Amino acid sequence: MSAAAGLFCAGGQPADLLLRAAHALDPRAGLDEPADVLVRDGEIAEVGAPGALSAPDGAEVVDAAGLHLLPGFVDPHVHLRTPGQEHKEDLDTGTAAAAAGGFCAVVAMPNTAPVVDDASVLRALIEAASRQARVPVGFLAAITRDLAGAELTEMAELRDAGALGFTDDGKPVVAAGMLRRALQYQRLCGGVLALHEEDPSLSGDGVMHEGSVSARLGLAGIPSISESTMVARDAALAAYESGRVHFQHLSCAESVDVLRAFKAAGAPVSGEVSPHHLTLTDEEVRSLDARMKMNPPLRSDEDRQALIAGLRDGTIDCIATDHAPHARHEKEVPFEQAPMGTTGLETAFAAIHTELVLPGVLPLALVVERMTAGGALYGLPLPRIAAGEPANLALVDLDASWEAGVGTHGYYSRSENCCFHGRTLRGVVRMTVAAGVVAHRVGVPAGVAA
Amino acid sequence: MTAIGGAARHLLSIDDLDRAGIERILDRAASFAEVAGREIKKVPALRGRTVVNLFYEASTRTSSSFELAAKRLSADVVAVRAATSSVTKGESLKDTVATLTAYDPAAIVIRSPHAGAARLVARWTDAAVVNAGDGKHEHPTQALLDVYALRERIGALDGRRIWIVGDVLHSRVARSNILAFTRMGAHVTVSGPPTLLPRGIEALGCTVEPTLDRLGEADVVYVLRMQQERMSEAFVPSLREYAMRYQVSTARLHPDQVLMHPGPVNRGVELSADAIDSPQALITRQVEAGVIVRMAVLYELLAGGGTPAAAQTAPLPDAEAEAVLSA
Repeated sequence: MSAAAGLFCAGGQPADLLLRAAHALDPRAGLDEPADVLVRDGEIAEVGAPGALSAPDGAEVVDAAGLHLLPGFVDPHVHLRTPGQEHKEDLDTGTAAAAAGGFCAVVAMPNTAPVVDDASVLRALIEAASRQARVPVGFLAAITRDLAGAELTEMAELRDAGALGFTDDGKPVVAAGMLRRALQYQRLCGGVLALHEEDPSLSGDGVMHEGSVSARLGLAGIPSISESTMVARDAALAAYESGRVHFQHLSCAESVDVLRAFKAAGAPVSGEVSPHHLTLTDEEVRSLDARMKMNPPLRSDEDRQALIAGLRDGTIDCIATDHAPHARHEKEVPFEQAPMGTTGLETAFAAIHTELVLPGVLPLALVVERMTAGGALYGLPLPRIAAGEPANLALVDLDASWEAGVGTHGYYSRSENCCFHGRTLRGVVRMTVAAGVVAHRVGVPAGVAA
Repeated sequence: MTAIGGAARHLLSIDDLDRAGIERILDRAASFAEVAGREIKKVPALRGRTVVNLFYEASTRTSSSFELAAKRLSADVVAVRAATSSVTKGESLKDTVATLTAYDPAAIVIRSPHAGAARLVARWTDAAVVNAGDGKHEHPTQALLDVYALRERIGALDGRRIWIVGDVLHSRVARSNILAFTRMGAHVTVSGPPTLLPRGIEALGCTVEPTLDRLGEADVVYVLRMQQERMSEAFVPSLREYAMRYQVSTARLHPDQVLMHPGPVNRGVELSADAIDSPQALITRQVEAGVIVRMAVLYELLAGGGTPAAAQTAPLPDAEAEAVLSA
C-alpha cells in the first residue's frame, strides 16, 4: 500500500494482521460491535464476526479483545518544523508522535524556515518526507510570500508540486484585499485556503485570553473578537467570491456563531477546533506555565462550551491538534517571552476521551468522526474500516491510564511543551496502522503466526 | 508566603499571604522601626548570609530599600543589574539564576519586566525568593509597605473605602494593592480612563468607576503612576486631557482624605504639585516604610521560620545586637 495522492511517507512492510475481537467503531461504516478485522498486504481484506476469520499463513494474530479498533485519526493541522527548526521537531519525530497518537495522516503547515512559499522548497520537503515520515504527511503552502501578507505565492505551481492547499498559519492575512485576490486565484488552481484568524490591531501584544484572568495576572489580553471579526469578514469574502475557506483552530463562542450563520446561508466554509480549546480554559494560565501559552489562547469556559456545542452540531467539522513543538529552553522563560504553541499529537485522543467522552459530554462515535474528518477538506480520502479500504487503523485501550509525558512514556515528539503534561489521561493507543503499515505499537504482544 | 514543609519560603504574590500573615509582617516591621531610629541602624540577624538583588528593570526606591534592608540585617548583598551583567550577552534567566545560586544565597530578590519571573526563579533555586515586581503582575512588598504606612496613619483598614486611581492596566502595584487592601478589610474602587481599566478587573474584588465624580466617598486616594514607559500605544488622547479628568489635586480632595502614590510621581500629570506636598500626602512615609517592611519580609523568610510564634519574639535580643555593634 502506498499513501493516497498528496500524502508522502517512507512506507514499509505492508501489514498482514488479524485483529481479533476488538470492538470496532466506525460511524461512517455503521460499525459499532466486536469484530475480527483481517489486514492483508496493507489493505483491509475482511471484516467479520469475532472468531469468524482465520489468519492466513504469515499473518500476525493480535488478540484485541477488550480494545477498541477505530479508523486512524487525521490531523489537518500540525507543525513539523522542517525545514529550519529541527531542534523543535522533524519529519521523523513529528510523525512518530502522530503514530503514537493514533494518527494515520497529518497535514503540515508551511511556516517553516524558509517558508514553504516556493515549489523548490515544497519538492525538497516532499522528498524528505518520502524518506523519513512514519505516517503519511500532506503539505500546505503559504498564501503569501514569506507569510508577509503582501504578494501571492505561485499558487498554481505549488499545487502542481503537491500542495494540498494554502495557509499563512501563525499569521492572519491582514488585508481583506489580499485574501480576496487569493480567493479569486483559487479558481485557477484550487486548494482550500486555511485561515488563522486574528486582527492584529485587536490582539496587539496580547499573550493570553482577555478576561478576568488576564486582568489578575497583568498580562496583555487577546480579545475573542480579534478572531471572530476576522472569521466574519473572511466568510463574507469567501461567499462573495464563491471561494473555499477553512477556519483553523477556532477558539471562541462568537466565531462558532458566525460560522454557524454562514454555513446556514450556504457559504463554502468549514472549521476546526483543537483538543486544548475543547478541554482547557484560561484558568490554566494562572500557573503562568508557558505550556499554557498558545495562539489562539485558551479562553473562557463559555467559549469552551460553545466550541463543544459547535463540534456536536457539525458547525465545526473536525478536530485538529495544532501540534506546535518548541524546545525546552524556549519555553522555560517567563510567560510573556515564551513562544506560542503546545504539542498535541500524542495526547489528542486521550485528552478528549478523558475530559469529554468519559464524563458523557460527547459520544465516542462523534469524537471518532470528527478526529478522522480533517483530511477530507483537503480532498484526502476518509479512513474507513471496510473491506477493500487501505488499512488506516488505531487500536486503542480505553481503560488504560497514563500520565502524559511522565516516566517511561515520555514523548515521541522532540519537544515536551504539552499543555496536558503530567495529567492522568485515560486511553492508550496500542497500535497504529497508517497507509497499510504498522507505524506504532506498544504493549501489544507479538502475535502467534497462524 | 509559599508554605513548604510548614515554613514560608518565598514571597511571590499577595495571594501567598492571608490576613494573619500580612499582620505578622507588619508587626515585625513595627519592631524594626525602633532599629531605624537608632544612630547605628543595624542588627546581626542575617550575619554571614547572602542576599542577591537581581534587577532586570530600572528601579530606585525598590532596589535601594531592599539593599538597605538586607544590610541593616547584616547580610552580604550582591546587586546584579541587567544593564551591566551577562544578561546583555544573552544569558537566559534560568542560567543567570543557576550562576547566582552557585554562590549559595539565602535569598534572591528579583525585579523583572515579565509576569511570573519570580515564580520561575523559585523553581530553579533553593534560595528564598522575593518578588520585587514582575511585569504588570504583582509587587507584593509595595502593597505591604502601603498597608503599613496607611495603618500607621488611620489604624485598621476594616470598612475603609480606598480608591485606586489612574493607569490600572499597566500597574502591578494596583493588582497587589487591591488584593492586600481587600484582605485587610477595606473596600477598593478602581478608577481611571476606560482604556486603562482592564476588562475583568472586578474579579479581583474591587468596584470600577470610570470617573472621579464620587471620589469624595473615599477615605484614601491611592494615585497610580502614568506608566508611559510601559505603553506601546496611546491609551489616552493626551496627557493634558488625562490631567483634566483624572489628576488628583488638593481641589479634588477634602482635607481628611489620605493621599498615597507608589512613586516615582509624574508631577503635574497624575498628581498636582500642591497635592504631593500637602500634609494629607503619605508619600514620603511610604518610602520610609519600604525599608522596615522589606527588613521584616527578609527576616520572616530567612530567620523567622514563618510561624506565628516567631512574630512574638523581639527582632533581636538587645545584648546580641550590642555585642555586634561594639565588635
